[in-house]
Amino acid sequence: MEAAAGKASPAEAPKKGRLSERAQAERKLAYMLCAPAILAMLVVTGYPIGYAVYLSLQKFDLRFPDDKEFVGLSNYTDVLTSSTWWSDVGTTALITVASVSIELVLGMAIALVMHRAIFGRGPVRAAILIPYGIVTVVAAFAWRYAFDPTSGFLQGTFLLGDDAAPLTERGGSLVVIVLTEVWKTTPFMALLLLAGLSLVPDELHEAAKVDGASTVQRFLKITLPLMKPAILVALLFRTLDAFRVFDSAFILTGGANGSETVSILGYNILINRVNLGLGSAVSVLIFIAVILIATFFVKALGTSTAQQRGEV
Amino acid sequence: MGRKLSKPLLAAGLTVALAVMVGCGFSDTAGGGKGQTLNWYVFNEPGGANEQAIEVCNEQSDGRYNIAYRRLPTDANQQRELIVRRLAAEDSTVDLVGMDVIWTAEFAEAGWILPWEGDLEKQATDGKLEGPRKTVEYQDKVWGIPFTTNSQLLFYRKDQVDKPPKDFTWDEMIDDAASKGKGVEVQAAQYEGFTVWINALIAGAGGQVVDEDGNVKVDETAARAGEIVAKLATGKAAPAGMANNKEDQARIGFESGRSAYQVNYSFIYPSAAENVGKDFQRKIGWARYPRTDPDKPSRPPLGGINIGVGAYTQHKDLAFEAAQCLAQPKNQAVASELGGLPPTTESAYDSPKVGKALPFADLLRVSIEEGAPRPVNPAYSDISLAIQKTFHPPDSVKPDEVRSKLEDRMEKAAEGKIF
Repeated sequence: MEAAAGKASPAEAPKKGRLSERAQAERKLAYMLCAPAILAMLVVTGYPIGYAVYLSLQKFDLRFPDDKEFVGLSNYTDVLTSSTWWSDVGTTALITVASVSIELVLGMAIALVMHRAIFGRGPVRAAILIPYGIVTVVAAFAWRYAFDPTSGFLQGTFLLGDDAAPLTERGGSLVVIVLTEVWKTTPFMALLLLAGLSLVPDELHEAAKVDGASTVQRFLKITLPLMKPAILVALLFRTLDAFRVFDSAFILTGGANGSETVSILGYNILINRVNLGLGSAVSVLIFIAVILIATFFVKALGTSTAQQRGEV
Repeated sequence: MGRKLSKPLLAAGLTVALAVMVGCGFSDTAGGGKGQTLNWYVFNEPGGANEQAIEVCNEQSDGRYNIAYRRLPTDANQQRELIVRRLAAEDSTVDLVGMDVIWTAEFAEAGWILPWEGDLEKQATDGKLEGPRKTVEYQDKVWGIPFTTNSQLLFYRKDQVDKPPKDFTWDEMIDDAASKGKGVEVQAAQYEGFTVWINALIAGAGGQVVDEDGNVKVDETAARAGEIVAKLATGKAAPAGMANNKEDQARIGFESGRSAYQVNYSFIYPSAAENVGKDFQRKIGWARYPRTDPDKPSRPPLGGINIGVGAYTQHKDLAFEAAQCLAQPKNQAVASELGGLPPTTESAYDSPKVGKALPFADLLRVSIEEGAPRPVNPAYSDISLAIQKTFHPPDSVKPDEVRSKLEDRMEKAAEGKIF
């Protein structure tokens, strides 16, 4: 990304190799201005990540402090050969794919509405953003109570029969978790897409109209391709978030009925079983998964922006 | 000059103020302000029994110590998460800990609490009921003083059950409820309360999951427990949302008339009068916890709170003294009156306060004496999680697979592996 940005900067290109005195001074100032941020990042993210990696190579259970020893990668082999980890990865992937794809479709629709809204633009945008402003745990509790068989207000409505308890079986639990995630984060998706939408120049649409393109054609051939970077960024953010889903699943089911996500697995081992070695291995593996997802999207994003500039 | 400095000064001032606030967070909230402050970390008892006990002791201490109430959540798992973090970090402000009965082995093994030795041991265990006394013992030492205890009873609605059940088995109860088109309320969400139920079922069949030496020993009684769980969960007597029900949902299901029976703690009795009314409270009948095996007496669950002394306290002697004061019979009687929590001291049952608050005190006392403690093991939370994962969700339990699955998870738990 950095390299791409450097290449793109036209002011720098002709003077490659030798910088003027002023540019050098400016660069020095830039480094100095960035230094505190980099330092802070190292302290608050670099150190914990490094410490987690260190812990994951130990046999270390808070309850048995005397048994602490270096065990190499054995925590990792333990996790990666267990069926629990893989079934949890499957569950997490299912929740991620389902919620992100629904959010993308809904988010796009909402973004188009927000973009085209002629009257009451402010109120419309504010109303759509409300779910995103609600604390996830609070939202999850609201959904849990809604589906509660004893006191839930959805009982006996067309959605549920009498005495239905979707949160007590796997399918129902996953549906409600996805629903909660979608309800909560679609506005975020819509906001990111709206930013992309406003980058599409109106002239292109007008020109296409003159050429006789239908609305659907214009959306597919003009809007979507031009929005691709924005869509990828939105997908990247949401996929990373969704893969680490914890709060809504934790409140709704606590990981019961086969709805345990990798984050809940990590929580159980780290916080409940206080097995820091094994739990850190799980955390590091989740981190690696997140990096892989990010790399995939950044690669895709890189090609798409390069394509747009006609470099490839 | 003054204006230029104001921002950094403000920042510095804020930092100092923050540091002072963090550093002195404790001392300025400590009650009367005289004597040595001792922090008691214990669950927030809604009836106010803990506050009263603290008041009594702060007065009795004659100004030598001053106990500060550090409230923990009411959920046992959340309490443990918070207190374990402090103890593992060797927090010296943890003077007294209100410990759930299942924590003794874990805390003792990790060196987070101090043993009660010599004269103190006698003080902690003399005159206590056998069930609660056993919950403070680990490896021939005593690690706390029993404060309150608890057990479950079988409650039934007299308006739905005409014949009072005596020595019911689970099978009989489930069949009877099903024939009436009513449910049986249990705690079957995936949480500690579910372990309580499963452990009582296994113990009622004469079995266990961990032997006296702390080794994993799952036997065929696990399958018997699985049969009962599956029978209730897949039959007509299964209450709505059973796999998500905790104590409170069970209480509501019983109060609403959905279920004719419930196994639950004694808190449901005062709560019935409060939430529904005195008339409804009079309709509640009680009996001993149901049997797993028709030929063996039931082994009701055993809960409660013991008071331990934190290993990193700087006021050891005062803390031991304060723990004894808090757990004295007079305070136990108050805890029954205000919180519905039965006493651990035999003599406290003579108090008229206890009889008035808990009309079933005698039955409860027998249940406590003959109750089945949950496994005593430093890795208890792993064991509990293994039990929960094996038997949950209750309607998918296959009795013939339960034993091998539980054994497998328990062994992995004991080795500190993932399961």
